Amino acid sequence: MYGLEMAKGLLVTLTNLMRKPFTVAYPEQRVRQHPRFRGEEFTWYEERCTGCASCAKYCPLGIIKIVTSPSETAPLQGDKYLLETFDIELQRCMFCGLCVEACPYDALFMGSGFEEGQYRRTDLVISIDRLRQADKNPSTWFRPQLESMDYRPGTSRPLGWRDVGREGWRWHQREKAGMRLQGRNAEDDA
Amino acid sequence: MTIRTEPMTVNVGPQHPSTHGVFRVRITFDGEDIVEVEPVLGYLHRGTEKLAEERNYVQIVTLTDRLDYTSSMINNQAYCLAVEQLLGIEPPPRAKYLRTLTAELQRIASHLIAVGFFVQELGAFGTPLMYTFRSRERILDLFEMLCGARITVSYMRPGGVFADAPDDFWPALDQFLNDFEGELAELEDLLLNNEILMVRTRGVSPLPPDVAINCSVSGPVLRASGVNWDWRKMAPYDAYDQVDFDVPIGSSGDNYDRFWVRVQEVRQSLRIVRQCIEQIEPGPARLELPLVLRAAPGAEAYGRVEASKGELGFFLVSDGGISPYRCKIRSPSLINLTITEHLLIGWKLADMIVSLGSVDINMGEVDR
Repeated sequence: MYGLEMAKGLLVTLTNLMRKPFTVAYPEQRVRQHPRFRGEEFTWYEERCTGCASCAKYCPLGIIKIVTSPSETAPLQGDKYLLETFDIELQRCMFCGLCVEACPYDALFMGSGFEEGQYRRTDLVISIDRLRQADKNPSTWFRPQLESMDYRPGTSRPLGWRDVGREGWRWHQREKAGMRLQGRNAEDDA
Repeated sequence: MTIRTEPMTVNVGPQHPSTHGVFRVRITFDGEDIVEVEPVLGYLHRGTEKLAEERNYVQIVTLTDRLDYTSSMINNQAYCLAVEQLLGIEPPPRAKYLRTLTAELQRIASHLIAVGFFVQELGAFGTPLMYTFRSRERILDLFEMLCGARITVSYMRPGGVFADAPDDFWPALDQFLNDFEGELAELEDLLLNNEILMVRTRGVSPLPPDVAINCSVSGPVLRASGVNWDWRKMAPYDAYDQVDFDVPIGSSGDNYDRFWVRVQEVRQSLRIVRQCIEQIEPGPARLELPLVLRAAPGAEAYGRVEASKGELGFFLVSDGGISPYRCKIRSPSLINLTITEHLLIGWKLADMIVSLGSVDINMGEVDR
């Protein structure tokens, strides 16, 4: 009979009319964000970074700029490089996360935020000072150690540099940089 | 009294909302009838093949996301298969299953877009499209859980996938599959036998199988014409030889068949996903490989998959360096566009948009 299938279709739309809306009104309500979400605000731990620039070399777009200089205090504190510049040009970043994958010292993490709109292009470059001062809410993307400790970015407390290492911070002791970490520890204890 | 008429040339696109991106087609009409068709491409050219020559093998994965942005997982898979052939490595079994599973989820998402927009172009503005987008949204949510992004996933890597699925992924996937059965049944109730849809699409723009084969068409468009050709069956890759599924075949290759084949393929994809969940076993999800891969000088490889739009292939040539010497992409949308003339000439203006929609092109892939 002509029209029967159309009536069936109208029944479908009618049942959907009775359902709760699937969408959320974004600024007031938010959908649940998953811990692996690759957000815009990068999380960087200066204590872990050696300035090796693996992230800059592995970035497909080459938007990470790192300038280092040999540190004067190196022999005493174990510092290999002084980091002068660590700029991430967010306006060209595609948030693939390969820089995080390349980082051998677990110093760089994807962030969990996503509301980084700015009025000027220059404000979209994350400078080293902004990275230092930013809240440490790293995404668990490519960081299984964060997933195993049941950490949820945004709701859990911000993580310090000692919490985020691949095998605890002791992993660094074998490295040259480990000396620096030990030195810092002694400072903290004193 | 006779009215003197003359053919009129009209530009459709590149800004037309129904051309699935920045596709421009120059059409000559005689009254309402189409007499000449000339597709104009290149408005979304980004030079992916050239960019691939200056990136290393892992970095290119991020480029493949942006080819057919409605099926990024499948693009990742095709590229990774090509690199694995080039290097002569094989991913661990769990990675194969994860790839198959995500690729089929992505196929569902892509076909949902195709079906939704096809019906929208028939004039069913909004409603069916929103239903399909509601289901697709949940698939994208699963992808975010897996890999932190919804469209530009970059999930797969040469030698596996970047990381195993998180623990809360599997219950969420089960939940989605259970709900989606009902949503798909609703969609079939709404669309599959609808009289208006049948009248508008049955027998319109049929594509005979010999023309389809001569034009190198692949994917659902070819199968709608009645040719049984699916790389998942012909040359199984990843875990497709372990799972059981049917290949839906159309009969006449008209607009309705192309639409029908996609709806049926969604059902088959669901079957594959369920089998993958049953068969998957714990284990590593990625081979231990160096960060920067190198292939032997002169090595060549062609990795192909059955993408949601057809055969997607990556042809890689290595010169021994850290990036490929040449990366040729055989994209299904571009080659499926070669049937535009056969589909449109002789039909009316009102069927043109629908016929283009039934081919389901994606301009990101056409222009690369």
